[in-house]
Amino acid sequence: MMKKSLLGALALGLATSTSAFAQTELQWWHAMTGANNDVVNKLAEEFNASQKDYKVVVSYKGQYADTLNAGIAAFRAGNAPHILQVFEVGTATMMGARGAIKPVQEMMKEAGEKFDPQAYLPAITGYYSTAKGEMLSMPFNSSSMVMWINKDELKKAGVAEIPKTWPQVFDAAKKLKAAGHDTCGFSNAWASWANVEQFSAWHNIPMATKANGLDGFDTEMKFNSPQHVKHLQNLVDMQKDKTYDYSGRDSKSEGRFTSGECAIFLTSSGFYGNVKANAKFDWANAPMPYYPDIQGAPQNSIIGGASLWVMGGKKADEYKGVAKFFTFLSDTDRQAKLHQESGYLPITKAAYEKTKASGFYEKNPALQTALIELTNKEPTENSRGLRFGNMVQIRDVISEEIEAALAGQKPAKDALDTAVTRSNQILRQFERTVR
Amino acid sequence: MEKRAHISGWTLPLLLILPQMAITVIFFYWPASQAIWQSFLREDAFGLASEFVGFENYVSLFEQPEYYRAMVTTAIFSSLVAFFSLACALLLATQADKNIRGGQAFKTFLIWPYAVAPAIAGVLWLFMFHPTLGTLSKPIKAIGIDWNPMLNANHAMTLLVLSATWKQISYNFLFFLAGLQAIPKSVIEAAAIDGAGPLRRFWTVIFPLLSPTTFFLLVVNIVYVFFDTFGIIDAVTGGGPAGQTTTLVYKVYADGRLGGDLGGSAAQSVILMIIVIALTAIQFRYVERKVQY
Repeated sequence: MMKKSLLGALALGLATSTSAFAQTELQWWHAMTGANNDVVNKLAEEFNASQKDYKVVVSYKGQYADTLNAGIAAFRAGNAPHILQVFEVGTATMMGARGAIKPVQEMMKEAGEKFDPQAYLPAITGYYSTAKGEMLSMPFNSSSMVMWINKDELKKAGVAEIPKTWPQVFDAAKKLKAAGHDTCGFSNAWASWANVEQFSAWHNIPMATKANGLDGFDTEMKFNSPQHVKHLQNLVDMQKDKTYDYSGRDSKSEGRFTSGECAIFLTSSGFYGNVKANAKFDWANAPMPYYPDIQGAPQNSIIGGASLWVMGGKKADEYKGVAKFFTFLSDTDRQAKLHQESGYLPITKAAYEKTKASGFYEKNPALQTALIELTNKEPTENSRGLRFGNMVQIRDVISEEIEAALAGQKPAKDALDTAVTRSNQILRQFERTVR
Repeated sequence: MEKRAHISGWTLPLLLILPQMAITVIFFYWPASQAIWQSFLREDAFGLASEFVGFENYVSLFEQPEYYRAMVTTAIFSSLVAFFSLACALLLATQADKNIRGGQAFKTFLIWPYAVAPAIAGVLWLFMFHPTLGTLSKPIKAIGIDWNPMLNANHAMTLLVLSATWKQISYNFLFFLAGLQAIPKSVIEAAAIDGAGPLRRFWTVIFPLLSPTTFFLLVVNIVYVFFDTFGIIDAVTGGGPAGQTTTLVYKVYADGRLGGDLGGSAAQSVILMIIVIALTAIQFRYVERKVQY
C-alpha cells in the first residue's frame, strides 16, 4: 500500500516535471480514511488526468476536528489550502468567517463555470446555503441517520415486521430482551445527532428559533419542548432494565450492531460499508422511527457528513481551477458511480434519477433509505438544516446532559432545560465573536 | 596554590548561556506570554476580528459551575493517580531490587509501558473494559457489578485512574530502582545486625533515605497528571459521562480546540499555570523540609 502510493507519487512527479510546466497547484485538505481516502485520491488523479492546466494535490489532515483546526491555523499563518473539507457541524464556524472563505456559488459565477443551484438536491445543499439559497460550500460526503435492523434476531424474538414508529420499536425491544438480548434491546450512536437534532427535524419541531439558526446567529435553543422531554424520558425509563442501552456520543460503539448484540440500532447511513463487510446475519435498514401522535411526523431527516469549502484570498486563476474541479465532481455519471460504489449520497438530482432508473435500488435498497428520508417531504424551517456556532461544543453539552438523565442524576426535563441554557450561553459567545 | 581560570568581561559567559536562554524564551516565555495576552481577548477562530475584553473571559469562567466541577475532578484524579503510581512503583522496585533469578528481565518488562503513547494506552484500557466488548468487563459483570463506564461516573473515573497509573508506574519504577541501588548496603546491614526486621528496615532506613527520590517523583507525577493525561481522557471517556471526568487540562483542550473559544481556553490555561506553579512552590517550601538529602 505504502509502496504503491510512493511509486504513484514518484510517477506523478516525473510525469508533471516532463509534460506540463505552467500547472497551477490546488491544495485539497481532507479527513478521509480507509476506503474513503482512496475515493479522494482517485478523484484527484482522474481530474489531473482529465486536463493539463491544474493539478489537485490532496493531503490528509487527521480527523474532522483536526482538519478544521489545521485549516484555521494555516489561514492565520497566511497559507490556507484552496479546498478544505469541513464536517457539517463546522458549517456555522466557516460561515461566520466571511473574510476567510469564498462562497462556492460566487466563485463559480466569477470563474464563468456553468452552475445551476437547482441541479442539486435541496435536502443536501440546504444545509450549506444561506437563508436566501446561495450555496456556500460544495457538499462532498453526505449521509443521514437510519435504523439498522438485524432481521434474524427480530424473527427469533417473534417480531414479524420492521418497526415503523417509536412505540413499535419499544415493543420490539421488549420482545428482543425477553428473547435473550438482556444487555441491549435497541440503541443508537451519536447521542445528540439522534435524539435531539434528527429527532427535531423528523418530527417537524424546532430545535431552535430562526429556522434552527439558518436565519441568523441570534438563534435560541428550544429543544426542551414537551415532545423532546417525552422521548428522553422514554429512553431513561428503558435504560433502567436495558431495553434501551446508551452507546455513547460518537460511532465507537457501532460494533454492537455488527456483533449481533443490539438488533435495532440507529446510526449513520454511512455505516453501510461496515455492515456489508462485517454483519454475519440477514440485515436491512429502515427510516428512523417516529411518534405517530406528533402531527406532521415523519417530516424529513437532515444530513450529516462534510462539505468542501473554498478558502478566501486566492488568485482568480486558482479559483478558476477549483471551479473546474467542482464541475468535474458534479458530473452526473461521476456522481452516480460515486454513490453506487461508496455509499455516499449523490449530490445532484440527475445522479439520483439516473441511479433510480438503472434499477440499482431494487438490488440495493439499503442505499436508498437515507434518500427517502431526506426527500420525504418538502423541507420546512425546522428540517432544512442546522446552523449553530461552536456546534461541536454544543453537541458535547447536549450529550453530557443526556448522559446525566440516563444515569438517573436528574429528571429528563431538568437535563434538557440545563442543556438549553448552556447551549444558549455558547451561542451568545459565538454571536459576539462574529459581529 | 589553586589555579583559577579567569574570564574577562561578559561576552563569553553570555555567549555560553545564550542557547539555553534562547530555548527557554522561545519555548516557554514566549508561548506563555501569548497565552496571557490571548486570555484578555475575544476572538473568532480565524482571527479575523479580535477585541480586548479585559478580565471578561476569567469572570465568565468563574460563573460556570462546570469549571468548579473540573477543579474538584482534577484534585481527586491527581491525588489518586499520584498515590497509586508511586505506591505500586515503590512496591515493584523494592521487589525487583532483590537478588532474584531473571531480575534483569523483570526490570526491562516493567519499563515497557512507558513507551506506549497516552492515547494508545487509553484505547487499550478502553477495549479491555468496554461494557460489552471488553474481555475484562465480563468477569466484572459475572461478580455482580453492573459495569458501565459510559454512564457511571465512578466506573469511568476508576478506568481513567487505572490507565493513567499504569502508564506512569514504569517511570516511577525506574527512579525508585536507581534510588534503592544508591543506598549503601552497609547501612541496611547494620540495621539488620541490630535486629531490625525487613519491614522495620524499610520504614526506618530505606524509606527516609529514598525521600529525595520520592519527593522529586511526587512533583513530576503531579505535573504529569495535570498536563499529560488529556490524551488518555480523550481516548477513554472524552470527559464524560456527563462531564464528570473533565479535568482542567481536558477542558482547556475541549473549549479551545474543539470549541474554538480561544480566549476562554487561554484564560483557563493561565489559571492552570498559576495552580501548577503554586503547587510546585508549596511542595518545595514545605514538603522539601522533611526530605533528607
